[in-house]
Amino acid sequence: MRDLDFNDQPPRFKGKVITDQLAGSITRVEELAYIIRIEEVMTKKLITVPPDASMQLVAELMRVKHISGVLVTKDEALVGLVSTEDLIKCLINGELSAPVSQYMSTELVTLNSFDFLTEALKTFARTGLGRLPVLDEQKKLAGIITKGDVTYGFLKALEHDYHEEEVRRYRASHLFEDIESDRTSLILRYVIKHYDFMHGGAASSNIKKALLRLGANPQLARRVGIAVYEAEMNLIIHTDHGGSIHVEIEPHQISIYAWDDGPGIADTEEAMKPGYSTASEEIRELGFGAGMGLYNISRCVDEMKLESELGKGTQLTMKVFLKEDETVGEGYQSEKE
Amino acid sequence: MNHTQGKLLTKESSIDPDEIINGGCSADLMSDVLAYIQPHAVLLTGLVNPQVVRTAQMADVAAIVFVRGKIPPEETIRLAEEAQIPLISSPLGMYELSGRLYQTGLPSLENAIEE
Repeated sequence: MRDLDFNDQPPRFKGKVITDQLAGSITRVEELAYIIRIEEVMTKKLITVPPDASMQLVAELMRVKHISGVLVTKDEALVGLVSTEDLIKCLINGELSAPVSQYMSTELVTLNSFDFLTEALKTFARTGLGRLPVLDEQKKLAGIITKGDVTYGFLKALEHDYHEEEVRRYRASHLFEDIESDRTSLILRYVIKHYDFMHGGAASSNIKKALLRLGANPQLARRVGIAVYEAEMNLIIHTDHGGSIHVEIEPHQISIYAWDDGPGIADTEEAMKPGYSTASEEIRELGFGAGMGLYNISRCVDEMKLESELGKGTQLTMKVFLKEDETVGEGYQSEKE
Repeated sequence: MNHTQGKLLTKESSIDPDEIINGGCSADLMSDVLAYIQPHAVLLTGLVNPQVVRTAQMADVAAIVFVRGKIPPEETIRLAEEAQIPLISSPLGMYELSGRLYQTGLPSLENAIEE
């Protein structure tokens, strides 16, 4: 029998104000209220007194054990509860020597140990009581539950969820460590449709997310994201039928291939110059076609090769090399910016 | 947020736009944004299509303010909520809002990527 002890809280919540972000987990809490059973969070170590014990003993127990209610049992059956309020009444009357049976509350609201937490929450709300005795299937006293126990149960379950997510992240960031081969890589493939402005950028967005999940540092993810985005928009804007993007991720390098089947670029050297553009007025209105795309890519990647033949298509190869301590999938976590 | 005299278009979330912004950048050309903006900037733009959000996502933009009272299409707002980037619509013009924000102490984050 104990109220929520703040030193007892899991570290993630310790000393923290519950922010909006935590409150965002409310739906999960609601869900948990229908998953967790009362017996999982109730206090089972009970402090009980017989009905003929003196109120003096109850007062002592409350003081020493830091509790605010003592259960009264007779032959293992629950017969009453002495609350702080009952004790105060007794003190006012100056009758500390009176037996517990004289001051205990006997009309008790109880809960069933096999019910879900939602029952406890409803009963707390309905009765305004702070602690409720819990009975097992044989109607024998099984424990006691406070609002603090409920909160603690939720926090523990949420902490568990949080931990599972951490484990998942950890696994992704160590992906390459457990796989043995002469050369391991992860290939992401995307098909880009011509003029699909609605989904334009979706591939780059997914690639950036994947890199962060693999433990890439944010600057690297940003560079690759921007390069792929420019390439993706080029496929959407300048091709006959769209094209494909493949991203090959290895621990020490990221290779990006973007290709299409036409129309091809007449002069690739000219196309690389900042400001050179063949985009229509319509494309410019969308905020693109400033002639910065290929130039921008060249600044984001370490190596870039543009090959094109008129009437056949274009292939763009980009490579980014990773430093020793920022490889992906080998356990170097994304540092928080 | 108050300086824009604008209203928040995306759902209220735990992200406070004022907290994560280190400076600002104004542009209508998304290629320019990709080329020159630094992380954690507020982007002031007159462009409202979903590509603004995609660009912001790639360039680690903290928040987007649409100037001249422009309201983006539903698709743009949906994408921004997904990407957790706050959108604000401000009645002020790009020139005036840039000036006002700069005066409050928000520096320009319009620089070359790695120089």
